[in-house]
Amino acid sequence: MLRFLAVRAARAVLTLFLCVSGVFLALRLAGDPADIMLSIDTPPDVRAYYRELWGLDRPLVEQYGLYLASAARGDFGISFADDRPAFTAVVDALPKTALLGLSALILALLVGLPLGIVAALKHNSAVDRIAMASAVFGYAIPIFFLGILLILLFALKLRVLPSAGSETPLHLLLPMVTLGLPLAGRLARFARTSTLEVLSKPFIRAAKGRGVRPLGLVVRHALPNAAVPLLMFLGIEIGGILAGGAVTETIFAWPGLGRLLVDAVATRDLPVVQACILTITLIMVSANLLVDVVHILIDPRLGGFRSARGAAA
Amino acid sequence: MTASIDPAVPQRRAGLAMSPVIMASAGFLVLMILVAVFADQLAPLHYTTQNLVARFRPPLSADGGMTHLLGTDHLGRDVFSRLIYATRSSILIAVLGTLIGAVVGTLLGFVAARFRGLVDQLIMMLVDAQAAIPALLLALTMLAFFGNSLVLFVILVSIDGWDRYTRLARGLVVSEQKSDYINAVEALGARSGRVILRHLLPNIAASLVVQATLNFPGTILLETSLSFLGLGVQPPGTSLGLMLGEGRRYLLNAWWIAVFPGIAIFLTTLAISLFGDWLRDRFDPTIGRR
Repeated sequence: MLRFLAVRAARAVLTLFLCVSGVFLALRLAGDPADIMLSIDTPPDVRAYYRELWGLDRPLVEQYGLYLASAARGDFGISFADDRPAFTAVVDALPKTALLGLSALILALLVGLPLGIVAALKHNSAVDRIAMASAVFGYAIPIFFLGILLILLFALKLRVLPSAGSETPLHLLLPMVTLGLPLAGRLARFARTSTLEVLSKPFIRAAKGRGVRPLGLVVRHALPNAAVPLLMFLGIEIGGILAGGAVTETIFAWPGLGRLLVDAVATRDLPVVQACILTITLIMVSANLLVDVVHILIDPRLGGFRSARGAAA
Repeated sequence: MTASIDPAVPQRRAGLAMSPVIMASAGFLVLMILVAVFADQLAPLHYTTQNLVARFRPPLSADGGMTHLLGTDHLGRDVFSRLIYATRSSILIAVLGTLIGAVVGTLLGFVAARFRGLVDQLIMMLVDAQAAIPALLLALTMLAFFGNSLVLFVILVSIDGWDRYTRLARGLVVSEQKSDYINAVEALGARSGRVILRHLLPNIAASLVVQATLNFPGTILLETSLSFLGLGVQPPGTSLGLMLGEGRRYLLNAWWIAVFPGIAIFLTTLAISLFGDWLRDRFDPTIGRR
């Protein structure tokens, strides 16, 4: 078990290292950083000053080492947009993204799980078909289109909800639904499949034979056994929440990490772009590590040498 | 435990015939492809034709001898015509992106399976790293570093999914390599390139095509999302996402500019997802449900 964790942790660190290296490589391939970062009419002496400051006059290997060291410190330079350290901009945006992402996730769990489980229990009934049809609708609708429809309906026609900003709890509603609803659709479909799978197992038939009622069957027997696949599913969906969050935050002017990244890309504010993408990678990698740890804790079958991903892939 | 008592199985088998929903999906996809191919013949006006005196005309409004079926936008351009051309460019970019992703991904999978060892480890490490960053965010970063160009954009659209082809192709080749027919061909002295192209590829092609279909909605969404954010296809070019992004500014007075391309994207992704699921159940039960 410890060995398994150590392997996972080592892979997480390796992935992070690879991503930092990838960013370094891409930056150098993109051209001379001094040309990209400084405006065209920068005087030569200022340019030389920055080249020295950024270590661009040194050998590539040394630059790489410097880059790794500053990335480890969270130092990506100063944002072009507002003259503060890029990392500070990211740290300021993080709580808003966490608030939006987590509330969307909770909404999705509250809507998607019951929908999928009920659909599985009433397998092939009208309820099942309606639930699955709405789930398919939910996950096929592009996030940006859903957001626009919600703005059109609730902010412009009915005028009951704000469509931009993050000042009050009311501001959270539309972005939360926009980000959470497609996720709820995917979750419902997933919950249905895995509940059906668990319900076909011999121990469920044994419990049925003992006269356990359907609700008890689900709560006591099916749910605990569906916990591991659900966990894996959520691990995979974290990326979807972060990517969808970038679009959602942009539509609703929600001042989070995703909007920061989109704005930084539009203005080619490279320090902020690097800080954003590496923070997002860090979140993804830590979340997946957390998923692995929880997996070990809730799955008694998991020995030290079994692959955690084998079942999910 | 045999599969016959699995309650999911009868349902899956029953789904193998084309249901009306699947037929409608397939029909819609054929329609979209025809629209993309015959855009020049179908569109009443060119997508850049402006008419500044006829701005923000609602759907079905007549103007100077022609009817604007879906209204006009902020520059007086015919939304219906723009929708047709946008469908063409969105589908073209998504198809190109899918092709690049499929070819490169499959090739890497073959290389990994053929050489194993260090090469295999390196390629799979890349696959894992790709899985650690969502395609949309990676594409955004690359656009920031390299600036926007159509060629780069098409390559970036292929990011969504290449790792899945690599994983799939590698897994399939590794398991096929153990089979008797491959042993027989190799014993006859066939070179590994020939074995892969003539014998392995045809045998795993069905799985790859199914994977491509399942990936296609994600590819379309990646393109439309980036264009929607204003970081993909640039004006005067057009794409469904770009139309939606432009129309977003005029929602209050002219909802039709944004809503019609939105519906087009939604129906396209919906139709391909439904069709892809059916295709997988029909031809390839080995790819798991995601």
